[in-house]
Amino acid sequence: MKKTIITVVGEDTVGIIAKVCTYLAENNVNILNISQTIIEGYFNMMMITDTSMAAKKLSELAEELETLGKEIGVVIHVQHEDIFTKMHRI
Amino acid sequence: MINMYEVNETNKMIEQENLDVRTITLGISLLDCIDADLQQVNRKVYEKITRLASHLVETGDEISKDFGIPVVNKRISVTPIALIGGAACKSSEDFVTLAKTLDRAAKEVGVNFIGGYSATVSKGMTKADELLIRSIPEALAQTERVCSSVNLGSTRTGINMDAVRLMGDIVLETAKATKDQDSLGCAKLVVFCNAPDDNPFMAGAFHGVTEADAVINVGVSGPGVVKTALEKVRGKNFEVLCETIKKTAFKVTRVGQLVAQEASKRLGIPFGIVDLSLAPTPAIGDSVADILCEIGVEYAGAPGTTAALALLNDQVKKGGVMASSYVGGLSGAFIPVSEDQGMIDAVNANALTIEKLEAMTCVCSVGLDMIAIPGDTKPATIAGIIADECAIGMVNQKTTAVRLIPVIGKDVGETVEFGGLLGYAPIMPVNPYSCENFVNRGGRIPAPIHSFKN
Repeated sequence: MKKTIITVVGEDTVGIIAKVCTYLAENNVNILNISQTIIEGYFNMMMITDTSMAAKKLSELAEELETLGKEIGVVIHVQHEDIFTKMHRI
Repeated sequence: MINMYEVNETNKMIEQENLDVRTITLGISLLDCIDADLQQVNRKVYEKITRLASHLVETGDEISKDFGIPVVNKRISVTPIALIGGAACKSSEDFVTLAKTLDRAAKEVGVNFIGGYSATVSKGMTKADELLIRSIPEALAQTERVCSSVNLGSTRTGINMDAVRLMGDIVLETAKATKDQDSLGCAKLVVFCNAPDDNPFMAGAFHGVTEADAVINVGVSGPGVVKTALEKVRGKNFEVLCETIKKTAFKVTRVGQLVAQEASKRLGIPFGIVDLSLAPTPAIGDSVADILCEIGVEYAGAPGTTAALALLNDQVKKGGVMASSYVGGLSGAFIPVSEDQGMIDAVNANALTIEKLEAMTCVCSVGLDMIAIPGDTKPATIAGIIADECAIGMVNQKTTAVRLIPVIGKDVGETVEFGGLLGYAPIMPVNPYSCENFVNRGGRIPAPIHSFKN
C-alpha cells in the first residue's frame, strides 16, 4: 500500500470535503482516515489515503488537487507519508 | 499513525522556515575516460556525464513533488580533472577545453553547477596539476557552470606552500579575468586543507579517487528551522538550548536521508553520504548568523560568537549523525558572508571582521567563505590568508577552505552583487601589512606532530 497524506487548509466554506472526496473517488484513491477541525475559522483537514490503485502518478494528483484547491480557495498538499514518518518516528 | 500536529509541523518547516534539500549531487568517476588523445578525452567525458546524469534533474524534481519538499539544486561532481587530463593536456589551453566540455555537459543535463575542475596538491604538484591550476582563470572566465577547487594541504602531509603562493596569484587573476561580472569567477573557486572526497556542496565538490564509479550525495539545510525552534527556548539554559538544536537537526537530517535513499533507488546509483549542514541563503529567515543572535549575541562577531558557533556546530552533528546511516562531506554550519543576510548585517554594523571569521572557522565547517575584499589586495596577502586558514585545518584535523573574492575596481565601503544563491556582499578590509617574505620562502610546511596536544 502506498500511503499518501493530503492536507487541506483554508477559509471554511460549504462543500470542501465533498469536492476533495469527489475528486479522490473519481481517481480511485481510497481514504483510510480523515481528521478535520476548525481553528479560528480556518478549515484544517488531514487525510490518510491509499494511492496505489490510482491510475495517475502522485505528482499529477498533487498538481490537480492544487488547482482544485485554488478553485475553492484552500491550499491542498499531497505528500508521500514517508516524509512525516521519517521525520517524527525513529 | 502520523497525526495532524506532526504533519503541520513538517509543512510549517517547509513553507515558513525554508526547510529544503539544498542539493542532490551526483558524483561521477571519470577515471575510465583517461586517454592520451585530447579529443578522445573530451568525447568520453561528455558522453559519460550526459549518460549517467540524464535523469538527475527530472528525478530530483519528481522527488520534490512526491514528498512536497523543495530540492533546490541538482549538481554533478567529477574526478579531479588534473588526473583525467594529465595524459592528454600539454598546456593550460588544453585543460580549458576540458572545462568547456564539462560546461557543455552540465548544460545538456540541466544541472546548475558541475564541480571537479580540481587538483589535489597537498604535498607536491605534478606538471599536470600545475597546468590545470594555471588554467583556472581562463577556464572560469570561459565557462558558466564549472566550479574549481584545489587542495593545498592536509594534516598528514603538511601544507604545500609553493601551491599556496601560486593560488594567491590565481585567485587574483581569476578576479581580473571575470572583472566585467564583479569578479564572479572567484565565487566558483575554493582552496582547501583536508578536502573531503564526498562533499556535495559547491564550489568545492569533487568526486575523490576513493569513491565508487557513481554515487549520490545529499546536502540538507535548515537554518530557519533551527532559528524558529530556538525562539521557543529564549532565556533557557545551555542544556535546553543544546537539546533543542539536536532534536531539530535530527528532523532536518532525516529528510535528507529520505531524499538521498529515494534518489539512489530511482536513479539506480548507490547512496554515498548525507552532508549534515546548516547552509544559509540570502533569503530572509535562512541565516546561520540569525541563529547565533538567537543563541544570545547581538551580532555575529560579538564576543561569545565563537563559543556559540562551536556549540551549534557540535549539536547539529550530534543530532544529525543518528538521523543518517552515512554522514560525510563538510557536515556543520556554514558561515559564508555574501550568502547570509545576518552576516552581511554584522559586517555593515562593523561587528564582524575577517580576523573574527577566521577564529570562527576553527570551530565550524568550513572556512573563510564568500568574502569580498578590495580588488587591489596583493597576491601575497591572499596567499597569506590562505596559509593561515590551511594551518587551522592542518593542526585541528578538520577541513578548512578559503573562497575570497577580490573585486576588481572596488574598495572598502562598496558593495558587490553576485545574484541568486551567491547573494551580495560589502567589501571587507584586509590587514594592510605585508607577508611577502613569509609566503615567498618556497617549499612546504611539514606535517604537525600528533602527540603532546595543547
